Amino acid sequence: MKKNAAAPRKLSTLLDRDNVAGYVFILPFIIGVIAFTAIPFFTSLYLAFTEYNVLSDPKWVGLANFKEMFFEDDLFWTSFWVTFKFAFIQVPIKLTVALLVAMVLAKATKATSFYRAAFYIPSLMGGSVAIALLWKQLFSPRGVVNQVLGFLGLPDDTAWLGNPKTALGTLIALGVWQFGSSMLIFLAAIKNIPQSYHEAAIVDGAGPVKRFFSITLPMLTPIIFFNLINQVIGAFQAFNSSYLITQGKPLNTTLYYGVHLYNKAFDQFKMGYGCAMAWFMLLVIAFFTALIFRSSSAWVYYESEGK
Amino acid sequence: MAINNIAHSVSAQKRISTVVYHVLMVLASFAMLYPVLWLIASSFKPNGDIFSTATSLIPQNFTLEHYLTGWKGFGGYSFGNFFTNSLFVAILSSVGMVFSSAVVAFGLARVKFKGRNFWFVLMIITMMLPGQVMMIPRFVLYNAMGWVGTYAPMIVPNFFASGFNIFLIMQFIRGIPRDMDEAAKIDGCSWYGVFARIILPMIVPSLVTVGVLTFMASWEDFMGALLYLNKPAMYTVAYALKMFNDSSMSDYGATFAMSALSLVPIMIIFFFFQKNLVEGISIQGLKG
Repeated sequence: MKKNAAAPRKLSTLLDRDNVAGYVFILPFIIGVIAFTAIPFFTSLYLAFTEYNVLSDPKWVGLANFKEMFFEDDLFWTSFWVTFKFAFIQVPIKLTVALLVAMVLAKATKATSFYRAAFYIPSLMGGSVAIALLWKQLFSPRGVVNQVLGFLGLPDDTAWLGNPKTALGTLIALGVWQFGSSMLIFLAAIKNIPQSYHEAAIVDGAGPVKRFFSITLPMLTPIIFFNLINQVIGAFQAFNSSYLITQGKPLNTTLYYGVHLYNKAFDQFKMGYGCAMAWFMLLVIAFFTALIFRSSSAWVYYESEGK
Repeated sequence: MAINNIAHSVSAQKRISTVVYHVLMVLASFAMLYPVLWLIASSFKPNGDIFSTATSLIPQNFTLEHYLTGWKGFGGYSFGNFFTNSLFVAILSSVGMVFSSAVVAFGLARVKFKGRNFWFVLMIITMMLPGQVMMIPRFVLYNAMGWVGTYAPMIVPNFFASGFNIFLIMQFIRGIPRDMDEAAKIDGCSWYGVFARIILPMIVPSLVTVGVLTFMASWEDFMGALLYLNKPAMYTVAYALKMFNDSSMSDYGATFAMSALSLVPIMIIFFFFQKNLVEGISIQGLKG
C-alpha cells in the first residue's frame, strides 16, 4: 500500500526535474524538427545525387543532375536570372517605399490608424489566389490599368502580361504593393528611437533631412538589415504569382526558379533533379545572406558599440 | 501687431501643410485599396459591364447574379463545400499550432534544462531555412505514409510548433516577471502547474496572435493544396478558386464574386484582430 503511493510521487518528482520537464515541454518541437525538417533536409541532399520518379527506387547518378542543370537545361539559367532580377529589383523598391511611408506615418494624427490600415491590408491579401486572379485582369489589355492610362492620355495598348518587356515588372508591382508588413516593422522601430536624440539634434540646429540621415537612418539599419535578409529569402522562393498569373510566359521571362523546380519535380517527376535545384538555391540564398551579414559591419549601426 | 501677423501666417502655413498631408494620404490610401475595391465593385456588375465600365467603382446595373452562379462551384461541388474544407483545415491547423507552440515556448523560456541553448539555436535556424528545400522530400515522406490525397500534410505539421511562433510566444513570456513562477514553485507547484495555472492565462494575447497568423496562412495556402489534394470534393477555397477560374474563363463576374468571398475571412480577422496582427509583425522585427 505504502509502496504504491510512493511510486507515483517518485514519477511526478522525476517529471518535475528541470532536465526532464524541459524536454517534455519541447517534445513537440523535437519530434517536428526531426520528422518534418531534419529528415527531409538530408533526404533532399541524398536525392539530389539520384534519379528518382517516386514510383521506382532512387538510382544513384552522382553529379549528373548538376551537370544537366549547369550545362544542358537552358531553362535552369533562364529561371535563375529571372528570379535574380525579380529579387534584386523588387526588394530594394519595396523596402524603400516601406521606409518612406513609415517615416510619413510616424507623425501621429487622428487619421494615422486609418492610413496604416490602408497600406497594410494589401500585404495581408497579396499572396492569395484571389488577388493573383485579380492582378491578371487589372493588367489585361483592356483592363483597368490601360483604361486609366488612356484616360490620362498615355499609351493604353500595352499587353502588360503578354509583353516580355513588361510581364516581370507587373509581377514585381504585385510584390511591391505588399510593402505593408515591412512598413509596420519600420514603424515600430522608428517609434523606439528615443525622442531625446531628435531634441538634442534640433538644439544643435539640425533640419529634418539632416536628422533623417544622421539619426533615424543609422538607428534603423539593424531593422533594414533584418528586412533585407527576410525579403531576399522570400523573393528567391516566390512561386504563386508566376504560377497563377503568367505560368512563366511570355518567352519564359517570368519563369521563377520555384516554378521551374515545381515543373521538373511534379510535372516531369524528376524529383532528384528538383532536389538538386533546391540545394543549389539553398546555397545561393546562404551566399547572399552571408554577403549581407559580412557587409553589415560596414553599414549596420548597433547602439551598444557606441557606448 | 507685427508679431501677431507672423504668428498668424505661421499657423496658417501649418494648417495648409496639414491639409495637403491629409489629402495626399487619403489619395495614397485610396490607390492602395483600389484593386480590392475594384474587385468588389466588379463582382456586382453584369459581365458585359465589367470591362466597359472598368474605371467606375459604382455598378450602374447592380446584380447579385455572380454570387449565385459562382456559389454553385464546379464538378458538382459548391463553394459552400470548399469553404467548409478550408475552415476545417485552417481551424485545426491553428489549434494545433497554438497549443504546441505555447508548450515549447514555455519550456525554452522558463525551464533551465541541459541543452536548452542548442534547441533554441536550432529553432532560430529553422526560421531561416527556405521551405522549398524540404518540399520534395516531404512529398516523398507523406506519399510513403499514404497522406497524399488527404488533409494530413496540411494540418499535422502544425501540431509540432514552428520556429517563428515559438519565438513570438517566448518574447511574451519573457515579459512576465519570474517571481510569479518562483513563488508558485516554492508553494509546491510543478512546472506543469506553473505553465497551466500561471503562464497560460497571461499569454492569451500572444496565443491569439499565433492563432490568427496561422489561420490566415492556412486559409491562403495554395501550394499545399496544389501538391496534396487530388479530389474536387476536398479542394480548399484557394485551390478551388484557381480551378474555377480555369473552368469558367469567360465568366469573370463569377470568379470575382468568389474571389471577393474568399477574402471575407481575412477582412473579418483584420477588423477584429488588427492589434494582434500588428504586434505579431512587430515581433518579427525583433528576430534580427
